[in-house]
Amino acid sequence: MESVLGRYRNLIVLVGVLFAQVLGLAVQVKRASTSDSESTRLIRVWAVGAVTPFEKMLLWVQTSTGDVWHNYFYLRGVRAENRALRQEIERMRLEQVRMTQDADQARRLQALLAFKEQFISQTVAAQVIGSSGSEQSRAVYIDKGESDGIRPDMAVITVDGIVGKVLHVYGSTSMVLLISDQTSGVGAILEKSRLQGIVRGTPAGEIVLEKVMSDETVPVGELVLTSGGDRIFPKGLPVGRVTKVSPGSELFLNIRVKPAISLTRLEEVLVVTKIDERQAEPDRSSTTRAADILAERLPTVPPKPEPAQGAAPAPGPAAPSTPGSLTKPAADAKLKVSPPATGTNGTVPVAPKAVTPAPSAAGSPGKPAADAKLKLSPPATGTNGTAPVARKAVTPALPSDVSKPTAGTDGVKPSPKPVKPAVEPKPQPDAQDPPQ
Amino acid sequence: MAITYTSGEQVEVYRFSIPATILIPLAAIFLQAWLPLKLHFFSVFDLPLLVTIGFATARRSQLAGLFTGGVIGLLQDALTHQPIGLYGISKTVVGFGASSLGIKLDVENAGARFLLTIAFYVIHEIVFFMIGRGLVGLHMEWSWGRELWSGLANAFLGVFLYALMDRVKQRN
Repeated sequence: MESVLGRYRNLIVLVGVLFAQVLGLAVQVKRASTSDSESTRLIRVWAVGAVTPFEKMLLWVQTSTGDVWHNYFYLRGVRAENRALRQEIERMRLEQVRMTQDADQARRLQALLAFKEQFISQTVAAQVIGSSGSEQSRAVYIDKGESDGIRPDMAVITVDGIVGKVLHVYGSTSMVLLISDQTSGVGAILEKSRLQGIVRGTPAGEIVLEKVMSDETVPVGELVLTSGGDRIFPKGLPVGRVTKVSPGSELFLNIRVKPAISLTRLEEVLVVTKIDERQAEPDRSSTTRAADILAERLPTVPPKPEPAQGAAPAPGPAAPSTPGSLTKPAADAKLKVSPPATGTNGTVPVAPKAVTPAPSAAGSPGKPAADAKLKLSPPATGTNGTAPVARKAVTPALPSDVSKPTAGTDGVKPSPKPVKPAVEPKPQPDAQDPPQ
Repeated sequence: MAITYTSGEQVEVYRFSIPATILIPLAAIFLQAWLPLKLHFFSVFDLPLLVTIGFATARRSQLAGLFTGGVIGLLQDALTHQPIGLYGISKTVVGFGASSLGIKLDVENAGARFLLTIAFYVIHEIVFFMIGRGLVGLHMEWSWGRELWSGLANAFLGVFLYALMDRVKQRN
């Protein structure tokens, strides 16, 4: 017996070690399916603790060297780049105003529907310091952990799209499971067709959109966004684009998606540490308009002399009979009014203001019917930040508007004439009144 | 290239210093986790496997080989999000096999090491695939073409790595 044990000692040890590991694996698999408790945390903490300090050190050396090079030596072309960036900022400011107006309109409509919106209220920037080192486990490590407020199941994103979610959190590092891993799942929606599905990773590291019925039409190139249904990623973040659609198994399509970001070349990411949910409310603070920004670029015009006291009529009442005099009230309105602060879309209330002169002249100031109708004017008015301005300035010139105090909608009809874009809406105390 | 059958007494048995025993596997695991971020193609390599084969063939001790492989594999497992033991089992088998072969064959020359690495890479992948699919329930795809290509790439790197490891090994 002893000689047998001695002869096969190595083989017996091998079988014993393998058996112990298989047993350990089975226990982990069993526990993972029954509870969320992590039985191997200690081993993982040791392994991560042994490897990540080197990764952090290397990252530090790399960053420091890069900083010295970029900040002190490689400054060629900075002046030209600066100039280009300034131009870009101006362009983006204009774009921002337009978007703000659109967003404000959307919020108003959402408020009407008691819609609760989700928004990212806090993020933590992190550097990717390492990977899992295995093609079967598509995960990366970031240099932020529990001490930085990172918790499991937080969304990890970049400015271009989603990356994954935090899986394990250690003291100063965290493991992020990428969306390309086969165990990940993200609630997704197609941008135009609004079809919902689940984005999953494949063993090969690609991502696919599942659970879209095979009788639906999904065009190649369509953008896939997060749907918010997984309660991890906020709604509306880019996931990727559809690259291939083919009939899949059972009743579903097989939709291949190209990630919005390169998941193999991650450097900096943002961990979403706080998502707030609130009732949609129109933004009352925004006062900047595209016209103001454009005006900043124009040469200053000396102010006109003030008209005599008492001679300045309210913008509307004296409905001018000549086009020349019609522009005057509009200019006055600009001086008196603070626009989007009225609570309605900066573009939409413009029309009521332009029309209000007529009702007030007719002795029925602030007729709610007219306002309400104007507030619900088609969304097209809100999509362009400048077009409604033209409408507003022109409407007082139409005698028909003036003569019909209650038919305020007539005045909203767009005029083809481009007019001074400098007119601002009049404050409407009843702007929030529900339409009648 | 000469793969000769030799008796246990004829082959040289080497050992490694304690720092080398600890630092080489750690460095391999670290590089395996870090390099693919900078050089994506590097994910095709399995440095911890090459180190396991390198240690096992140099020491020519089955017990040392299986334990070295087991520990390196478990460390590698700990960096993934999968249950710990997948790489542990695979590398235990490879460590035992490589050291067993090291006793029987002369694996000092580059050609023998090249073939040995391809063979053990494929064995490693087969064991990993079976455990992953059978026990853990992972969705894995097997492709002979990909595995052989990866085996070749690892064998090329292995030949250089073993030459580096030869510099730190000491005759027993």
